[in-house]
Amino acid sequence: MTIRPRTPSLFRPRKPIDQRVLTENRKLIEDINRRGLLRGVVSLGALTMLTGCDVSETDSVQKALRAVSSWNDGVQNAIFRANHLAPTFSPSQVMKPPRFNAYYPIEDVKPVDGASWTLELAGRIADKRPWRAQQLYALPEQEIIIRHVCVEGWDYIGQWSGPNLRDFLQRVGADLTAKYIYFICADDYTESIDMPTALHPQTILATKYAGEIIGDPFGYPLRLRTSTKLGYKNAKWIRAIEVSNEFRETYWSERGFNWYAGI
Amino acid sequence: MQRTNAEPDRHHARQLHPLPVRIMHWTNAIAIFIMIGSGWKIYNDDVIFGILHFPDSVVIGKWAQYGLQWHFFGMWIFVLNGIAYLSYGIASGRFRRKLLPISVTEFIATVGDALRFRLSHDDLTHYNAVQKALYLGVMAVGVLIVISGLALWKPVQFSELANLFGSFQTIRLVHFLCMTAIVAFIVVHVTLALLVPQSLLAMLTGGPAIDNARDKAPSAAAPTIAEIKTLPEVKTVPEIETSH
Repeated sequence: MTIRPRTPSLFRPRKPIDQRVLTENRKLIEDINRRGLLRGVVSLGALTMLTGCDVSETDSVQKALRAVSSWNDGVQNAIFRANHLAPTFSPSQVMKPPRFNAYYPIEDVKPVDGASWTLELAGRIADKRPWRAQQLYALPEQEIIIRHVCVEGWDYIGQWSGPNLRDFLQRVGADLTAKYIYFICADDYTESIDMPTALHPQTILATKYAGEIIGDPFGYPLRLRTSTKLGYKNAKWIRAIEVSNEFRETYWSERGFNWYAGI
Repeated sequence: MQRTNAEPDRHHARQLHPLPVRIMHWTNAIAIFIMIGSGWKIYNDDVIFGILHFPDSVVIGKWAQYGLQWHFFGMWIFVLNGIAYLSYGIASGRFRRKLLPISVTEFIATVGDALRFRLSHDDLTHYNAVQKALYLGVMAVGVLIVISGLALWKPVQFSELANLFGSFQTIRLVHFLCMTAIVAFIVVHVTLALLVPQSLLAMLTGGPAIDNARDKAPSAAAPTIAEIKTLPEVKTVPEIETSH
């Protein structure tokens, strides 16, 4: 694992959006919207360079780009291979500790109290009794040594273990024909995955990393680890799981990132 | 430049750049612009080379999600248009007529001529060996950038493909180097188009008419190096021609 210097990250915006630029250029942008599509696209790029203003933020452009992103969700779902396994690696290739990722710095992580923690269940699940950490540890464990791929471009090999999600969902009587599994986290993070991904053989509720209980920054006591999604889909510090047919935006999809985020 | 109407028999004449070629060329220009600008934004989030960071003024998308949105929108235009262009070029025989064969001796001679500022661009209908190699080369890079992009986007779904590259970071590097090659091509391509404006005009209007008889026998009809050298007005072109 090569260590590269940290670069400015979307997870740590350096400065907020300057609304002034948008207001000052509003007339110009609206003017462009009235022109033909071809000319519009060409001008948009040029405008980006000239004014430093980002037309991606204007309602019509953002609506169009999100429509394409949503179309891409469907394409990714269509090419998803339900039983195709991601490459796995040997324990010697595992990075310890894993690399931290969240939308805030590691110092701001608020550790979860494992003793009082419970996993709540909601939605299309027959047995909604909450689970304590010890009960989860008692379930059969599956270990996967897989690549974590971040949307930013970095990756590392991680060794995760915990109950298989499919087994867990069956155990609690979840409706496996439902569309989505939602993860509500101890911070204000939310994530959701499609049912085919939830049922993939390499999707687990991880409780351990490299054989040890997962550390606080990496999702203690419970996090998702699936081999077929980008890093941000792997919710950490899970406090509730909901099975639903209803689509709701999640933390990053609300902010314009691709919802499906398959790899 | 549009001489089609002046031709005595229009059925035996066609334009240097037929309308489909021009449409696909400019569609590709827009797609490439989107892909490179947004790709630079995505690159900035986790740089491959510590010293290289693309300034905010040249990237597309103020925030990472916008860069990603543009990239995964532009890819459809680039790929669909690229498939249409390659299919057209092969099916119509345009590639065979204009880009093949490439003679090694002519390639060397052309490089020599370019270094001595003796290249001619008076005949837009004929590509010299260096041009042929560059056009074929950039198409090959275009195919590789799509393949590496696919492996980057879906290293698990297309793990068989991704494994051919080795590590995930190798795929990123290949994708990046393909971009670099395309940018280098664009620099040469645009510079020459501006130095020889009739070539730029031809890609807008279609250019001079060429007759089919000549197309059918490219080896016989294409001017030889000797013919090029004997052209009355030999224009000089800076050596950027061969700097690629």
